[in-house]
Amino acid sequence: MIPDTWYLVLSALLFTIGAVGVLIRRNVIVMFMCIELMLNAVNLSFVTFDRMLGGVDGQISVFFVLVVAAAEVVVGLAIIVGIFRRRASADADQMSMLKW
Amino acid sequence: MLLLIPAIPLAGAVFLLIFRAKVGRFAGAIASSAIGGSFFVSLIAWSELLNRPAESRAVGGRVFEWIAAGSFHADFTLRVDPLTAVMLLVVTGVGTLIHIYSIGYMASDERRGTFFGYLNLFAASMLVLVLAGNFLVLFLGWELVGLCSFLLISFWSHRPSAAAAGKKAFIVNRIGDFGFLIALFLIQKTFGTLDMVEVFARAGESPLTGSLATAIPLLLLLGCAGKSAQIPLYIWLPDAMEGPTPVSALIHAATMVTAGVYLVARAHVLFEQSLIAGGVVVGIGIATALLAAAIAISQDDIKRVLAYSTVSQLGYMFVAVGTGALSRSALPYVAGIFHLVTHAFFKALLFLGAGSVMHAVGDETDMKKMGGLRKALPVTSLTFIIGWLAISGVPPLSGFFSKESILAAAWEHGLPWIWVLGVIVAGMTAFYMSRQVFLTFFGESRVAADVHPHESPPVMTRVLQSLALLAAVGGLLNLTLHHGTLSKWLEPVFTSGVHIEATEAATPLGLPEVVVSAFIALVSLAAIALAYRLYLAPGAEKARTRLKGSLGYFVRLSQKKFFVDELYNSLFVWPGKVVARIAAFGIDAKIIDGAVNGAAKAVGAAALRMRMTQSGLVRRYAMAMLTGAALIVALFVVRVR
Repeated sequence: MIPDTWYLVLSALLFTIGAVGVLIRRNVIVMFMCIELMLNAVNLSFVTFDRMLGGVDGQISVFFVLVVAAAEVVVGLAIIVGIFRRRASADADQMSMLKW
Repeated sequence: MLLLIPAIPLAGAVFLLIFRAKVGRFAGAIASSAIGGSFFVSLIAWSELLNRPAESRAVGGRVFEWIAAGSFHADFTLRVDPLTAVMLLVVTGVGTLIHIYSIGYMASDERRGTFFGYLNLFAASMLVLVLAGNFLVLFLGWELVGLCSFLLISFWSHRPSAAAAGKKAFIVNRIGDFGFLIALFLIQKTFGTLDMVEVFARAGESPLTGSLATAIPLLLLLGCAGKSAQIPLYIWLPDAMEGPTPVSALIHAATMVTAGVYLVARAHVLFEQSLIAGGVVVGIGIATALLAAAIAISQDDIKRVLAYSTVSQLGYMFVAVGTGALSRSALPYVAGIFHLVTHAFFKALLFLGAGSVMHAVGDETDMKKMGGLRKALPVTSLTFIIGWLAISGVPPLSGFFSKESILAAAWEHGLPWIWVLGVIVAGMTAFYMSRQVFLTFFGESRVAADVHPHESPPVMTRVLQSLALLAAVGGLLNLTLHHGTLSKWLEPVFTSGVHIEATEAATPLGLPEVVVSAFIALVSLAAIALAYRLYLAPGAEKARTRLKGSLGYFVRLSQKKFFVDELYNSLFVWPGKVVARIAAFGIDAKIIDGAVNGAAKAVGAAALRMRMTQSGLVRRYAMAMLTGAALIVALFVVRVR
């Protein structure tokens, strides 16, 4: 039996990788994947805590996260495709027209 | 049903003001039938009172709950008692006649619809005022008539003098209304209600004591002095003559300006709480009567003479009601209301006659440019002469009876000096009115060569004839103060509250009443004879010059209206303007606007720097979010530890 802590450590690791990825990568697609990684890291910790405490609330939350993530992927990818068609680039730093 | 009385003219006003551009020449007919309908309903209400025994002549009550806020309740209450019935009939009766007259007078004015709308609105407001059974409802009517007065004085607002006169009337009235409002607060605080029946009942049961007993009536009196043009607030009424003449007749002679007299009579229980209040009413009344008469003597503007005459006659009414409050007896009030009624008849007649004259001579108002109009204006001059004799107190016309009863009341209740001054005012009144008539209708014509005087249309002259009839026979209402019809009708109203039985009829030097009356009439006739000697008789010019030599100082003072306007200008208007200027350009522009603009500028400057953080770089935002989230988590961790 694998101790609960391991799951939590894995979740923290995955979240950190995702967060660092969002911060250091400029390709929007990669940043997007990193966000998915962070979401699923959180899902993992939800499930783990449920297992530790013997409840179902966390698992229900996971379903919500999954649904939101799916919707977000649809909208996000559509935006990215739209931008890519117009600018032929997926560099996040070049998309900085919405500023002061 | 009582609600109908003000509701009909109100409906007329709303209709006329909405369709003012479309009604055209039907405006006058619509307005006149609205007020005529109101007159009809008033007659029904009056007959209903007539069918009741004298002690229970009061109908009406709550129409709807008007204001309910916490412990404060004010119902929209309308009541009719004998006093209100008299006022109703005067307002709607004289009002109807003046509405009809206006059809002719305003026939060529483009804004007829608006004019008649305002006129109807005024009638509705005045009817609310006299019908009110609750002080707040009365105040509503009180303010509305003030508004209508303003609108109608400045009706020809393209004339700067008319606009200024309207403004003056409004502001001066506001000063009076301020006193009225404070009085209402005090009444509410003292009695816990504003319902008149309850207030008067409580004040009658347990008389007020101390300063409150004086403060409430004196503050009410301030409001009355504003509305009824008494010292110190009379200055607006002469200027109000800038309005169309029917307005002067209806509002500034016959009805609205009598609201103050009505209020003193209506709230007589409160005025009887303090001898000081009654004394002040009498004092103000007689002082105003004297001052206004002294000014009227030397004015050359046909309407201004009548305006000062109105102020003076209102002073007479105040003397009467003040005497009532001072002696706590009913008959002086009756005398005051009687004079109010007859004055409404003959002063409306005189104003409308003056309007007819102005109509004839191309809107000229200077009596020095009239003269000899008797031949060109047969009906106007004849009716005007009846009005003149009535106001001068020549028997058997109405003014003689009403004036005589005021003087008799003053003497009977121990005010001999007021009687003497009153007789002097009566003489002055006869003098200046005779001067006016002689200058306008008699002697040689001084009319400009290009003006051809012509009689007014029948719609105007018929009204003049009706009013002349009323002015002539109005005295029949109350032939003697102690046994007259009006005295019997009104006495029950004034016997509530603290009341002392009327003393036996007392006359100066114990002479029979007839002799005293004859003496007063003789004074008036002597004044008329004097005016004849000075303005009409052969050699009048020379007599005038001689008189001016000995009385020149007084004549100049009188012509300049005793410099009261100038005094007020330097005492109140000028300092007020200075304060307003400082407030507007100093405090408001610099300090208040400075604070507001400064705050806006500070926010703007900060924002200019702050907005640099919005770089548009998604990763920078992500970093900020992550840092924030990490900080919050760290905070939780530290707190939990």
